[in-house]
Amino acid sequence: MGKTIAEKIFAAHLRDTPAPDNMVLDLDVVMCHEITTPIAILDLMEKGMDRVFDPGKIKAVIDHVTPPKDSKTATQAKIMRDWARRHRIRDFFDIGRNGVCHALFPEKGFIRPGYTVIMGDSHTCTHGAFGAFAAGVGTTDLEVGILKGVCAFRAPRTLRVDVTGTLPAGVYAKDIILNIIKRLTVNGATDLIMEFRGPVIDDLDMSSRMTLCNMAVEAGATSGICLPDATTARYLWPFISKDYESLDAAVADFATWHSDDDAVYTQTLTIDVSDLAPQVTYGFKPDQVKDISELAGSRVDQVYIGSCTNGRIEDIRAAASILKGRVIADHVRGILTPATPAVYSQALDEGLIKIFMDSGFCVLNPTCGACLGMSSGVLAEGEVCASTTNRNFNGRMGKGGMVHLMSPLSAAAAAITGEITHPGELLN
Amino acid sequence: MNTFGGPAFFIDRSDINTDEIIPAKYLTEISKKALKPHLLEDLRLENSDFDPRSPALQKATVLVTRSNFGCGSSREHAVWALEVNDINVVIADSFARIFRQNMFNCGILALEAAPEDIEKMFNLKGEVEIQVDLDNGRVTAQSRETGERVESSFTMNPFDLKLVRAGGWLAYADQQYS
Ligand code: SF4
Repeated sequence: MGKTIAEKIFAAHLRDTPAPDNMVLDLDVVMCHEITTPIAILDLMEKGMDRVFDPGKIKAVIDHVTPPKDSKTATQAKIMRDWARRHRIRDFFDIGRNGVCHALFPEKGFIRPGYTVIMGDSHTCTHGAFGAFAAGVGTTDLEVGILKGVCAFRAPRTLRVDVTGTLPAGVYAKDIILNIIKRLTVNGATDLIMEFRGPVIDDLDMSSRMTLCNMAVEAGATSGICLPDATTARYLWPFISKDYESLDAAVADFATWHSDDDAVYTQTLTIDVSDLAPQVTYGFKPDQVKDISELAGSRVDQVYIGSCTNGRIEDIRAAASILKGRVIADHVRGILTPATPAVYSQALDEGLIKIFMDSGFCVLNPTCGACLGMSSGVLAEGEVCASTTNRNFNGRMGKGGMVHLMSPLSAAAAAITGEITHPGELLN
Repeated sequence: MNTFGGPAFFIDRSDINTDEIIPAKYLTEISKKALKPHLLEDLRLENSDFDPRSPALQKATVLVTRSNFGCGSSREHAVWALEVNDINVVIADSFARIFRQNMFNCGILALEAAPEDIEKMFNLKGEVEIQVDLDNGRVTAQSRETGERVESSFTMNPFDLKLVRAGGWLAYADQQYS
């Protein structure tokens, strides 16, 4: 019987099978940020276990609230900083070099096909875009990961999502994943790994694949995963060129991870995107999704472009294509948060930051900030934000606020008109 | 190991996310105790008033709810917010994966029971007391007012049971893995 990519990765990392359906895996990368890690560090210290299994496999960043907004967040940052120093964690990213974890770590080449990755963050599934098994975990799992380099999971079961057809102009990965979540509902993929397949996925760049995998957890999935191919190899080439004779050799090696033709899937979902319209959420659950035309005309107070879902250079380019030569609506506050310093710098080089500023956007440093309502763009009671982030939970961006999730293109269109708008109306 | 059970509190909604269990603004706390007053602070229920400070919730050690409890953010703070309020059992139709694992990792219980049984528990009158029999995989809910009982069974993954018996994943992993 053939194996899925997830089954292959699990088999290659198996340390222990403590019960028939449970597998303890060796970890290749343990990623840490300042919201969920400090409490793990303090707990390990208190228990006399302040050790790390392998400082080279730990990657740490201060990203959620940076620069700190108050003394509590400054303390969290300090605990991380001191810990990274104490254990000689080289890959630690502090102010000036820090960015949103799930955008920053791929950019640094830390994630490779076949890897096992955990982080105390639910959107760790993003890294599945590289053909890795990457899952969000809680603080106790993180502590064990830091200390022992292992994590326990249920034996993998996979939901295969085949994406076929041709993506219409103005429709992006964000629209595909919102539509998938709508079909599956918020717990339709619980305990499953979502394997994205099909010609549409093959044609997506890494940025778009990350957007897809990023939101797999919003349908309850343990992770999203894409098969690593030439696109993956080209993205990683600066980091792997010394390991392979040629790009083709890397592609061939990556292909050994691919799911076998006779692999068994728990479930399969096929979606044809040829007629897909831009998607947008309403309400407070990410499966409450409609075609954008159904919500057209709803007023927004703020537009937020950024986050691990859509804060990469490709997203900023897409938004800028609409903002160029236009000014945002009077009543709208536009906020751009490039996800990493490299993205910010690239956007400067390409003149995109100027386009945003000329249109009336405020440009912030890389951080999670408003995405989780902790800083840098929190909503007031009753306010509405068109956002490129991944969660529209009640109060997520501020108590009493409401978030409509959408693609960067749709968010830019909302900024110009001040209401939810089909981006096609502004594309020319 | 803890004994599990006690007064129950019922929340009649599915898909309660961890932002609702403990809002992000409290994630800057580095002590679990500090989360105590903020449990379920932002929860809104459509058809009833929900008061996070209600005496019934203060007294409860068991939470009974519907499906997909604990979805969203991975924050273990959601589990700790329950723990520091002495709630060490959540009974639901189903859980989000990370939340469920976080519960067992802390050595406390996320029990999945049949929706029909949960419905019956919701229908019990007045104050309800719940007993959990881990060895036999049974839950008994009883109304203090009428004496009426609902019996239900749950199957626990054997590994999760090991974690609970060991007092959580850190203690277990420390013994088992070098
Ligand atoms: S950008 Fe938002 S979703 Fe992504 S890691 Fe930061 S807080 Fe989480």
